Amino acid sequence: MSETQVAQKSTTLFGKKERRLLTDPFNDNNPITVQVLGICSALAVTVAVKNALVMAVAVTLVTGFSNLIISLLRNTIPNRVRMIVQLVVIASLVSIVEMVLHAFQYDVYKQMSVYIGLIITNCILMGRLEAFAMANKPWQSLLDGIGNGVGYGAILIAVAFFRELFGKGSVFGFRVLPDWYVPNGLMLIPAAAIFLIGIIIWIQRSRNTKLVDIS
Amino acid sequence: MDRNSNIYTIIYAAILTVVVAVVLAFVHSSLEPKMEANEKLAKQKDILRSVGLVDLPDASAVYEKTISSFVIDASGKVVDGMDGEAVNVAAEFKKPAEDQVHPVFVYTADDGSKRLILPLYGNGLWDKIWGYIALEEDMNTIAGIAMDHKGETPGLGAEIKDNPKQYNDPFIGKTILDEQGNYVSVKMVKGGIKEPEHQIDAISGATITSDGVNEMLYRGLGYYLPYFNAAKSQTSLK
Repeated sequence: MSETQVAQKSTTLFGKKERRLLTDPFNDNNPITVQVLGICSALAVTVAVKNALVMAVAVTLVTGFSNLIISLLRNTIPNRVRMIVQLVVIASLVSIVEMVLHAFQYDVYKQMSVYIGLIITNCILMGRLEAFAMANKPWQSLLDGIGNGVGYGAILIAVAFFRELFGKGSVFGFRVLPDWYVPNGLMLIPAAAIFLIGIIIWIQRSRNTKLVDIS
Repeated sequence: MDRNSNIYTIIYAAILTVVVAVVLAFVHSSLEPKMEANEKLAKQKDILRSVGLVDLPDASAVYEKTISSFVIDASGKVVDGMDGEAVNVAAEFKKPAEDQVHPVFVYTADDGSKRLILPLYGNGLWDKIWGYIALEEDMNTIAGIAMDHKGETPGLGAEIKDNPKQYNDPFIGKTILDEQGNYVSVKMVKGGIKEPEHQIDAISGATITSDGVNEMLYRGLGYYLPYFNAAKSQTSLK
């Protein structure tokens, strides 16, 4: 499903291959809608656009840097403990993100509570490290990490936009729907997110038929 | 060097652990003052919210100017030399009742009138809930309440914070003692209010959160009854 090898010869920083690393996760290889990873957090933090945005940025930073670090270390990591090494790197980065949020975005930190820590268990991270960073150069790995983080974040923000719009009548905390609209509480519970993700997957597959048989 | 040898693996793991520990310790110690300041400000805002002061641009300054605090022990006696802010309410909650200490925050309005602000702590449906309740000087009439929660359901239990108009403001003016002076606390009830002096409407669809609020209020205010009684008998002697 995902290309695990990229031509090692490419000389330019943004050749065709590198661009594909960034853009593939948006469509053909989206972590949520195609790989179906990271669903748990996609249900939990998409009540408001702001939370989804912070989560997207946090995950993008962690995927990008963990891919970069593991790729730099890939030729030194003892094979028998490679997963433990990967987890240590991920856990450290997540802890740093958590502390930074605690210090600079306290409200968001409080609302997201455990879900920041749970980035550690987000399958996208281990998935990209095992499938990509262990076998590719640092620059390509960084791009792959950022691409996947942003691809994940894009779905998160799309889901959060509709949940906040219909669930609270607002976007980014500002009321946008007229006063006669009664907010739909159903949109605020996690089940609504699974419906929305389902609809997104449906739309994506009806437009991009080559995905239909893959999974 | 052989990357699959035991020695290499052990040394590698040891170095990695040390490097990660140093990095994390450095980040934590450099951000710690900021994190603590955030916690403190959030607490100050909650306390001010209970007396109706919301969305203040300079909450910290208002707090310093209007709030003082002291601490009482389980028998209602004032503990000397202790600051209310130093008490960790969540930790006291877990101690045996006779070992607990309870902070009292005193709000002094511009006109000199005072209100007692008491912390509350309990369990909602999913996780802990907490808040502050403000009483008038008669130590009976509720002047305001502010509640917060860790993980109550949005639109249901979370309304204790998100919908103050419906679930905080009605507490104002209710009394915690009945006409004979017995402690009855205040309650959120379903199916119609029978004692308008002590009850408000519960949140429909959030029975367990409402029950949690009732328990939190009953127990939380109960801690202070010995102090109230002592304070009242003192003033009546004068």
